[in-house]
Amino acid sequence: MAREEVKLFKSLSSPYGWRVVWALKLKGIEYEVIDEDLANKSPQLLQYNPIHKKIPLLVHNDNPIAESLVILEYVDETWKQYPILPQDPHERAAARFWAKFGDAKVLPSIWGSFTKQGKEQEEMFEEAMGNLKCLEEQLVGKKFFGGEKIGCVDLAVGWLGYWVPILEEILGMKLIGKEKFPLLSVWMENFSNFPIIKDNLPPREEMISTYKAYQKKYHSLAVKN
Amino acid sequence: MATSNNVKILGSFASPFVMRARIAANLKSVGYEFLEEKFGQKSQLLLQSNPVYKKIPVLIHGDKPVCESLIIVQYIDEAWSSGPSIMPSDPYDRATARFWATYVDDKWFPSLSGIARAQGEEAKAALIQQVRDGIALLEEAFPKCSKGKAFFGGDEIGYLDIAFGCFLGWLKACEMMNGIKLIDDATTPHLAKWAEKFCSHCAVKDVMPSTDKLLEFAKVLAAKFKAAQS
Repeated sequence: MAREEVKLFKSLSSPYGWRVVWALKLKGIEYEVIDEDLANKSPQLLQYNPIHKKIPLLVHNDNPIAESLVILEYVDETWKQYPILPQDPHERAAARFWAKFGDAKVLPSIWGSFTKQGKEQEEMFEEAMGNLKCLEEQLVGKKFFGGEKIGCVDLAVGWLGYWVPILEEILGMKLIGKEKFPLLSVWMENFSNFPIIKDNLPPREEMISTYKAYQKKYHSLAVKN
Repeated sequence: MATSNNVKILGSFASPFVMRARIAANLKSVGYEFLEEKFGQKSQLLLQSNPVYKKIPVLIHGDKPVCESLIIVQYIDEAWSSGPSIMPSDPYDRATARFWATYVDDKWFPSLSGIARAQGEEAKAALIQQVRDGIALLEEAFPKCSKGKAFFGGDEIGYLDIAFGCFLGWLKACEMMNGIKLIDDATTPHLAKWAEKFCSHCAVKDVMPSTDKLLEFAKVLAAKFKAAQS
């Protein structure tokens, strides 16, 4: 059998990349990680992902796979241990739906709440609250979105557990409060403290300075416009 | 094909996203009841079964709804596993098909749908170019995906054929409305051949509306857009 070669191009700060790390670690897959400087992308990354030129990018035996949710499904289909998608077709459809909802709705509204100011920020925040409520409802009677075990929805929205407290610290404001989101708050703690996840998170102080810089950049862009 | 009360598809004749669900059901010989939404109104059933997005298509199997067209296509493939496979069998081919389908939805379709609403000729031309660029990428991807066969999925229509092919009716309408060619033998020979085969496929031809019907519908959409703007 040919030797398996798995490379993951990611960045230190982007949660999209870390979700792939978590999937690989949960499945016990050996891989080489390349942390890209997004301001100065490597020729290798640009060659493997010419269309989007983005991370994360998984390269398996020289075959590149781009787009984090596509990568998660590929990883799940290629390495069968610790399945992250359920077996039942309707449950699979639901998992895909909520993973996509996380990226399409939750993430942009939280990011908007962090980067925008004034009325725009208020509007983004209201949107975020509505989106988070949908996620809260999905946790009724469950420890993880995946049930008893971490599943692909947990991996897709797992960034909430570690990144949101960082954004909250910078903003000086709560985004996910215990009173409004009791189930989500417990899930955030359970997920971030899960042994494999806890051991695979970017350093907090560095994330604080990175995201402070992002916020500054977006605020100054807003002034220019 | 018997109509099954067990499967319903909520949609509209003109929506390419709804078409995806219907093509997938047809490929698997799954009978369904097609519930056409009234234009400009959302039915109680739609609001109930898709409370998050309130959008079509929705597939209702028994009493369980499935939302989002690409998710519906995969659901149909997995729930009726005895028919021909819609997804490729190899994980890497599956990832490639998913990658391109995501590209079509997230990057390419917004340019196509923006053309009719573009403010000014320059803006329109820019969007048309974006649509062309995307088509060029898919033209290039076709031989790699099809491996010399008729469709992206090989001998038979597959996931990416459905994801992209559903727009062929609207592409033709766009060509006519703007006096341009987007898919033709000269610039996109693979896609030109593929488009003909796709549109005439038995699973597609009854759910792909005629260009005339779409042009008529486009007028209705334009009027609605204009009214919303004033």
